Amino acid sequence: MKLLEHQAKAQFRSEGIECPMGRVARTPGEAESAARELGEVVVKAQVPIGGRGKAGGVKVARSPEEARAAASQILQMEIRGYRVPAVLLEELLDIGQELYLGVTLDRDRRRLAVLLSFAGGMEIEDVAERTPEKIAKLWPDPFSGPLPFEIRQLTLNALASAQGEQVLERSRLLGLMVPLVRRLYQLCQRLDATLCEINPLVITRSGQLIAGDGKVEVDQNAEYRHQDLVRELGGDAEAASSGDDQLEVEARRRGLTYVHLGGDIGVIGNGAGLVMSTLDLVKQQGGSPANFLDIGGGAKAEVVRQALEMVLLDPEVKGIFVNIFGGITRGDEVAKGLIQARDELQIKLPLVVRMTGTREEEGRRLLEEAGITPAVSAPEAARRVVEMVAGAGR
Amino acid sequence: MSILLNSESRVLVQGMTGSEGTFHTQQMIEFGTNVVAGVSPGKGGSQHLGRPVFDSVAEAVIATGATVSGVFVPPAFAADAMMEAAAAGLQLVVCITELIPVNDMVRARAYVSSRGARLVGPNCPGLMSPGERSKVGIIPNQNGRPGPVGVVSRSGTLTYEIMQSLGAAGYGQSTAVGIGGDPVLGLSFSDVLELFAADPKTELVVMAGEIGGSDEERAAELIGRQYPKPVVGFISGRTAPPGKRMGHAGAIISGNTGSAASKVAALERAGVEVADTIEQIVERVSALLRRG
Repeated sequence: MKLLEHQAKAQFRSEGIECPMGRVARTPGEAESAARELGEVVVKAQVPIGGRGKAGGVKVARSPEEARAAASQILQMEIRGYRVPAVLLEELLDIGQELYLGVTLDRDRRRLAVLLSFAGGMEIEDVAERTPEKIAKLWPDPFSGPLPFEIRQLTLNALASAQGEQVLERSRLLGLMVPLVRRLYQLCQRLDATLCEINPLVITRSGQLIAGDGKVEVDQNAEYRHQDLVRELGGDAEAASSGDDQLEVEARRRGLTYVHLGGDIGVIGNGAGLVMSTLDLVKQQGGSPANFLDIGGGAKAEVVRQALEMVLLDPEVKGIFVNIFGGITRGDEVAKGLIQARDELQIKLPLVVRMTGTREEEGRRLLEEAGITPAVSAPEAARRVVEMVAGAGR
Repeated sequence: MSILLNSESRVLVQGMTGSEGTFHTQQMIEFGTNVVAGVSPGKGGSQHLGRPVFDSVAEAVIATGATVSGVFVPPAFAADAMMEAAAAGLQLVVCITELIPVNDMVRARAYVSSRGARLVGPNCPGLMSPGERSKVGIIPNQNGRPGPVGVVSRSGTLTYEIMQSLGAAGYGQSTAVGIGGDPVLGLSFSDVLELFAADPKTELVVMAGEIGGSDEERAAELIGRQYPKPVVGFISGRTAPPGKRMGHAGAIISGNTGSAASKVAALERAGVEVADTIEQIVERVSALLRRG
């Protein structure tokens, strides 16, 4: 779950991280009255993706009227497919320097990493690629969190690669970074987040550290602990997912593990690794997979039916490849389930099934009799479905 | 011989009295695993599947001398269960549980390592040493066959497929290890490869990786440094687009890391033959073992 900027900042504030004064507005009228309170403002589209500035989703307004006009424009925008449910109006900051501070999961180290750079304001991925030496890193012990001396060293390491003049004296910078990094790390743990990012972290000319922008991604596996946040996202959730692939949104609603890939051969299998390798087989045979759909370890007939239904929602699908590793599951049972599902859903498209399990020969015989193409090996199945779809297109 | 698990291993199951725990413990016992105890807090003193149940891992270890734990508890309690097993002095903790919050895993992994225990998983099928008649986890019993091939994989069903296909061609396994599909794991490919290198019964290793992270690249570095046994590689997810999670929480290409192309290239640079299909894995294993 990705929080919108204003939600991320509400979390920052609750942890004691300073943010600009701001108001959320959902209408141009609300934006105008917010600007009356705040003075000169920046008006920012609340969408769960980066690059909104380039897309015109961030505008400076010198008066309440300008704020109203900017909000009116931005609220009608669609940024990379995402509707804009709200704008955030914030006081303009007197920016002295822009830093990057993030806490993110580092898979290789199997820990959360703290990243600090004086090349703030840019996409950190770009900095990491072009000038990795400008990012200082720390991997705190997950039980103690980052310790003050570690944070001071992190800051010194980042300073070593910083260019230009520093707004803050070194002693003051070190003093301010310690509580800030500890708070951001704590927030990341408290929210079960895999990313908590402040970019830019603004040092104002008067020497304050303020979160210019905020990104928080909560781990999907931990959402059950954060129902309050899920609820809070509530009304904005639909807009927040409006730019997502709509087939994937529907699959999430149905509780299916589905990824839309845009080709014309629907793929269903059990186990993520097996499905991924099945997609690869389709591609190797010259076909183009429409989707990834993992029905999980077992091979239950009802789940296969639901999966078939999902795959058929994609109008591009011209053939379906089901690859089931049965293990101790009985092949004839799987076959019966598939035939029943095919009949109930009135599937007319080519359907090729490759399955293993006890009594798999009998399963294959049942499928063949019912007009479903059975296959002994997965490569053979892939070849046949690709041929059938190509043949049907002619 | 085998790695990690053998006929001497004394296995306890955390969450044995649950439905998954019950089913798979039964399968483990049928396979020949020496299951000595179950642990379910609050159910201590009872019997389940003919084995004593304890309230805590520490009590189970004192009473039964267990050395290995299989963890089948729900995701919200799994991190605690793994840490409890490590604190009780078990050498090997195998966590099957899926959907564990990643920050829980960060803590559990750090804790387990600090106690000197080895962790397999989570979100994994576990491991099986067919020649030793021992398994911890959910690998189907009939897919195991004793032999010289070490198998290490991130996935469940793909591992079973590989084992079954190898078995059908007459090649059994010393040990098969599913290291799991999560972003934060216990043993890595490199860890398992090092164990296989030292196992006299393993003549060849099949390593099946997938997109996401850079564990395969690190393993390739290890193999490139004069790894003593032939390795056959396999990478799934070659058609996966960046930024999309392909079922496993860890199977995602983010930015420039985790693509199948990078993993295949790293393995090939290290001299590993990378198969395109499971059938090709079997062909290469067959060719290498005959040659040897």
